[in-house]
Amino acid sequence: MSAGAGVVPAQAYDRRRHVLDLDDFSAEEIGEILETSVSMKEVLGRAIKQVPTLRGKTIVNMFFEDSTRTRISFELAGKALSANVVNFTARGSSVEKGESLIDTVRTLQALGADMLVMRHSESGAPYLVAQHFHGSVINAGDGRHAHPTQALLDLFTVYQRLGRIEGLKVVIVGDILHSRVARSNLWGFTRMGAQVVLCAPQTLIGPESFWKATWPELTISSNLDESLTGADVVMALRLQKERMEGGLLPSLREYSRFFALTAERVALAGPQCLVMHPGPMNEGVEIMPDVATSAQSVIEEQVANGVAVRMALLYRLAGE
Amino acid sequence: MSEKQILAADDIRRAVTRIAHEIAERNEGVANVALVGIRRRGVPLAARIAAVLAEIEQVRVPVGILDITLYRDDLGLRGPAPVVHATAIPFDITGRTVILVDDVLYTGRTVRAALDALTDLGRPSRIQLAVLVDRGHRELPIRADFVGKNVPTARDERITTRLHEVDGGEDGVFIVRQD
Repeated sequence: MSAGAGVVPAQAYDRRRHVLDLDDFSAEEIGEILETSVSMKEVLGRAIKQVPTLRGKTIVNMFFEDSTRTRISFELAGKALSANVVNFTARGSSVEKGESLIDTVRTLQALGADMLVMRHSESGAPYLVAQHFHGSVINAGDGRHAHPTQALLDLFTVYQRLGRIEGLKVVIVGDILHSRVARSNLWGFTRMGAQVVLCAPQTLIGPESFWKATWPELTISSNLDESLTGADVVMALRLQKERMEGGLLPSLREYSRFFALTAERVALAGPQCLVMHPGPMNEGVEIMPDVATSAQSVIEEQVANGVAVRMALLYRLAGE
Repeated sequence: MSEKQILAADDIRRAVTRIAHEIAERNEGVANVALVGIRRRGVPLAARIAAVLAEIEQVRVPVGILDITLYRDDLGLRGPAPVVHATAIPFDITGRTVILVDDVLYTGRTVRAALDALTDLGRPSRIQLAVLVDRGHRELPIRADFVGKNVPTARDERITTRLHEVDGGEDGVFIVRQD
C-alpha cells in the first residue's frame, strides 16, 4: 500500500475499517463485539496475558488531549494481542513546530502505522484523519462528539452483569450537553433496545427537540429522583468545573443538591441498579464517595472491561 | 455439488469407542489424562470420548474447550475476523497428558495453533492428538496419535462433519465435491 497523498474513499472497503462512533454499528455487530470481549477477558485472566494475534502490526496511540485510562487501556489491549504499540503525544512532537494533523498522520503512515487510536479536542477530527490514512482509525474521544470505545465497554459491563441490554432502563445523568460519552452511549444503548433517560439541568442538556429528532423514544428529564424509579442502570457523568465559568450552573453545591448520586437517591432505583461512571470522578460533586465504592458500583469493572473490549475491537479491525 | 457419506452415525460411535480404548491403552490408564476439544466439533467429540472412558475405565477425565481463533495464522486472509468464542479449561494442564480432539485433520494449521494456545496455558507433560477423520494434505509436520478413519481426498473436495450436539439431526461425515 502506498503512503501517497490523496483522500481514501470512505467506501474503499465493504467491511468495517474504522471505529469513529457507534451510529454505524448494527445491533448484530455490537453483539459480536460483546461476545468476542468475553473471550478477551478470559485471556486477561490467564497467567500469560498475551496472545499472538496481532504480531507484526503497529498501533499508534495518538493523543492530542490528556488521558489516563483510555490511553493505558489501549496500550495494554494492543500489547495483549502482541502488536507493536507506540505512544504519540502532541506535547514534544512536531505538532508544536506547527505540523498539521494531516501531515502528522501521513508521517505516522510512512513510519508503518497500521492502526491509529486517536483522541482530539476537536469534534470530527478522527473523521478527517480517516480520509487520509490507509489503515484503521479508532476514535478514543473527539471533543464533545463521540467516545465509542467507552460506550462499548459500558455496554459490555452491563451485559456481563445483567445478561441483557434490551428492555433495560438506563439513566444518564450530568453534563449531557458537553459529553461525548453520553452521545455514544445513547447510540449504543438505544440500538441494543434499552430505554434511555437523559437527566440534567436544562442548561446542560439543551432543547428537547434536538434529542428527540434523532431518538424519538428518548426521555428527557430534570428530575433525577423521578427518573431513577425502576432504573436498572444509572450512569453519572463527570461535571467539568470549567462549565460553571460559562454561567451554565450557579454553583457546584447547587448542582450536587439536585443531581449528585447519593445513597438515598440510588435507593430509589433499588438494590439491583448498577452505578456507573466513565471517570475521572469528582467525588462529592456528581457522585458521593460511598456510592462510588458501594456494592452496586461497577466503576472499577468498567475500567477493567475496557481492556477486553478494546482488544475485541483491535482484533476485529485487523481481520478486515 | 455432490455429497457422499463416508461415516454414518454407527461408524462414528464405533470410532469414538475405539479411540477411547486406544487412549486408555497407550497411556496405561487415564489417571493423568485430560481431553481438550477444539471448537467447534472437537468439543462434542471430546465429551463423547470422556463418556466412553468413564464407562470402561471408571475415571472421569477432565474435559476442556479450546478456541484457537486468536492463534490463527490467516487473520485478514479469510475475510472478516470471526467472533472469538471462549476458551474454557477449568483445570491445570501442567504435568498432564493432554489429548487434543478435533473432527478433521487436514493442513495441520489448526493443530499448530492449538499447540501454541495450549502451551500458553501451561506445560503439559505430553500432548497427543485424536481426530475423527484424517484427510491428508498436511502443510506442517504434524500427525495424529488416534484416528477414527483415514480418508484419501482431493484438495478441491470438502469434508463435512455433522454432530447432533452442534448441528442437530443425525451424525455423519460426508465428502462434498463441487461439480
